[in-house]
Formats: sequence, structure tokens, C-alpha cells
Amino acid sequence: MPSAALRRWSVRSVALGYLLVVLMGPLAMLFWRVWAEGLGQAWSAVTEADTLHAFQVTLEIAAIAVPLNTIFGVVCGLAIVRRRFPGKGLVNAFVDLPLALSPVVVGLSLFLLYGRTGWFGPWLTDHGVRVLFALPSMVLATVFVSVPYVAREVIPTLREIGDEQEQAAHTLGASGWQTFWRITLPSIRWAVIYGVVVTTARCLGEYGAVAIVSGSISGRTETATLRVQDYYENIDQAGSFGVSLVLALIAIAVLVLMTLLKPKEGTA
Amino acid sequence: MTTFLTVIVALPIAALVWSSRSDGLSSFWYWISTPESVSALKLTVAVAALVALTNAIFGTLIAWVLVRDPFRGSSLVNAIIDLPFALPTIVAGLLVLALYGPESPVHVHAAFTRAAIYLVLLFVTLPFVVRTVQPVLHEVDTQMEEAARSLGAREATVFLRIVLPSILPGILSGVAMAFARAIGEVGSVTLVSGNRPFHTEVASIWILNQSSSGNATGAAAVAVLLLAISFVLLLAIGGLRRLATRHERA
Repeated sequence: MPSAALRRWSVRSVALGYLLVVLMGPLAMLFWRVWAEGLGQAWSAVTEADTLHAFQVTLEIAAIAVPLNTIFGVVCGLAIVRRRFPGKGLVNAFVDLPLALSPVVVGLSLFLLYGRTGWFGPWLTDHGVRVLFALPSMVLATVFVSVPYVAREVIPTLREIGDEQEQAAHTLGASGWQTFWRITLPSIRWAVIYGVVVTTARCLGEYGAVAIVSGSISGRTETATLRVQDYYENIDQAGSFGVSLVLALIAIAVLVLMTLLKPKEGTA
Repeated sequence: MTTFLTVIVALPIAALVWSSRSDGLSSFWYWISTPESVSALKLTVAVAALVALTNAIFGTLIAWVLVRDPFRGSSLVNAIIDLPFALPTIVAGLLVLALYGPESPVHVHAAFTRAAIYLVLLFVTLPFVVRTVQPVLHEVDTQMEEAARSLGAREATVFLRIVLPSILPGILSGVAMAFARAIGEVGSVTLVSGNRPFHTEVASIWILNQSSSGNATGAAAVAVLLLAISFVLLLAIGGLRRLATRHERA
């Protein structure tokens, strides 16, 4: 049937055409522009002291936020799926909230909590602790926005595997810890790893919340994403595209990892 | 666990809600009804709705092609769909600006217009509908479609009467997530929009500007409004998810 073939072909072209215009076209521009601006210039921008510092800050934040949210995600997933407790609905809602909430709202909330006139502001000032415009607030902001990702991967997997094996282990005399390490964790490990990958990507890419609480001071409280904006505003195209390229290469590595991990999740 | 959630999420939110009304309810109303904030809120909701609608249509189409009509290289396309989830949003903004900005190689000059906000939000929210529709399409039994076809139904009828009803909850929950994301998006919009008040300033950027110029009360008022929208959308998504998985649970 030629009309069926034609229909298939046109549906496919429309879908791919849309992807080209919205997604792949812009992505291709990144490589093209870095090439056009000159690889040397992009490289010198990326290896500039302030840029290297920005990457270091980003990595430091991620190194704190990712483990915290991994532990929290697993514990929270177990509590939501396996236990009943008062306020479970509320916990569930708060875990999901960062998915739907603007990062700016997150940043502003932290600003109002830890700022000079905030609830904790006076106490912090009295004790000489700097939270705002310093690493602590940037970590808090990043932890907030990346709360849901491990939990959201772990919860459906825990539901799927059920608790029969855990109960069997319990009946055979295993302690809670033993059951967790030997039975539960191995069966959700791919979900956890997948969640960690997504969380890491989210932490490295955070912009809105950190923009408010960090003050964005070059060489001090600037993250990699803030650096992109900094270069852009100073009309340094080679710089903004160079740093973007590094971030995009990390994103592509994350994408590859996500693709490799996905089928295993189904077979585990 | 609850302590972690309280310290990280609940306490900041409480501080936000508290400061939004620390100067009284009238100040809250004042800040969410100034001409500039109303204009920003209107633009935000309108663009987000348009973006969610566009990606509902094209996202469903892409999911359909990936599931029902796999071709050479479709697994690569499938992997690239997730790119907007992995890529920092500010980079997304820079890329859209590179293709559709002042130095556009295709001669589309959308920089600092509402069209640029629309384009960049399409990029950022692309995966949502695809990823919620794909698994449902995989599950759908094609026997019903074949039965309908053998009884003489046209392709359009098969899609509208058989396929669409089963994937609709998936589409809607993807749309709600895309809409929520588009409402709150900051990083990608800040570069492309130019942030001109009454023209290309969206609500999240308005909050950013107000808070950096010292108007925390005003920023908090509009932020609470966005927070309320997020909660409502999350409730809707939760309901839709339950609707989408009703066959599994039955």
C-alpha cells in the first residue's frame, strides 16, 4: 500500500524534523561555534584560573550533594514503599516538590532563611558563620533541587521487586542491616546508580537557585554554569562556548551512561 | 529522613511563605498585582501553556515513531531525547541563541523576543511527554487496533478511538510536568529573553531581578504564587499517574 508507506514516511519526517529544529540543530551549533571561535581561544578560556576555580566549586558542591541525596533517596524510598507512618503523604509531596518548583523560588527561600534579616540570619552573623554568598548556601541550594532524583528511581523498583525476599531473609534470622545490604540494595542497585547519574547531571547544571544565593563572585563563588553567563555578559563568545562545550561533553557522557544503565534496570 | 527533608526543603519554604506575608496581606496583594508582575505572570503562563501543548503533539508523535516505527539509528535518537535533562539549562539557552540569535546561520533572528523564550522552553521540556507516552505505547495491545482495521476503520479513527484513549493519561501527566518546568525555568530563559519588563520578562526572572535589587518581599509574594502553582500541578500529576497505571494495579 503506497499510501500507508507515505503516511509512515511523513510521520517519521515530521518527528525527526521537529527534533532537528528544536534539539539537534542547537546542539550542532555548539560544536560549530567552538570551532569557529577557534579551539585555541576556547581552550585558553577553559583553562583560565577563574574558570578552573568555577569547575572546582561545581565539583565540590556535587561531591557533597550527590552522596547526601543518594543516602536520603534510598532511605526515603524504603520508608515510603515499605513502611506506614504519619505524614507519609506530606513526605511524598515534599520529595517531589523540587521537580515542579522554580529554582529561583528555591534560591529565594534560602536567601530569606539564612539572609541578614532571615530566621537564622542574626544568629549566624553573631557566630561569624557565612552561609549566603559562600559555599554552604550553594550546597544547600543544590541539595534542595536534586532531592527527588534517586528517590524517584528507587521507589518504583522497590514496588516492583516486592518484599518477599526481604521477609524470607527476616524469617531466616537476618538482621535489618543484613537484609538491607544482602537483599534490598543488590536488587535496587541499578536504580540507585541511574538515580546517582541523573542527580549528578542536575547538580552540575544547577543555575537558578545558585544564582540567587551565591552572589556569583568570579574566582570565589562562581560555578561553571555561572561562569558561562559571566563570559556571555562580557561578550566573550569563545569563553562561553568553550565552558559550555565542557559542560555539554559531561552531559553527553551522562547520556551514554543513562542509555547503558536503562535496559539493565528492566532485567534486574 | 524527615529531619533532612525538614532542614533542606520544608524550612526554606516556610521562611518564604512567612516573609511573603510579613508586611501584611495587603503588601502580598500589592506585589502580585503590580502591572509589571502581572505582565510577567501572564507571559509565563501563556508561553508555558503553548510550549506544553506543542510538546504534547510532537512528543506523542516522536514516541509513536520510536515505538511503532523503529528505523536505522532510532536508538540513537531515543538516547538524544534525554539530552535536555542532562544538559545545564544555561547551555541550552546559549545554543538556542547560537542557532536562532544575532549570528544565526539560518537567518532566524529571534533573540530577545517572546519567540526565543518559546523555542528554548521547547528544548528544555522536550523529553517529558515522549518519556511518559513511550512506556504506555509499549504496553498497549495492538490486537485491538488490528481488529478495528480489519473491520474497516481508517487510520485516523484507529488512532483517535483506540490508541489515544489509552495513552491520554500519559500525555497529560507529561504535559503537566512540562508545564510546571516551563513556568519555573530560569537558566535557559535568562540568556535568550533579554528580560525586558512588559515584553520578555517571565515571572522567575522577575523574582530574580527583584531579589537582587533588594525587594525580597515582592519577590517572595510572586514566589509563593509560583509555589502554589507547583503544588497544584504536582497534585494533578499524582492523580494522572494513578489514572495511567490503573490497569497495572487492577
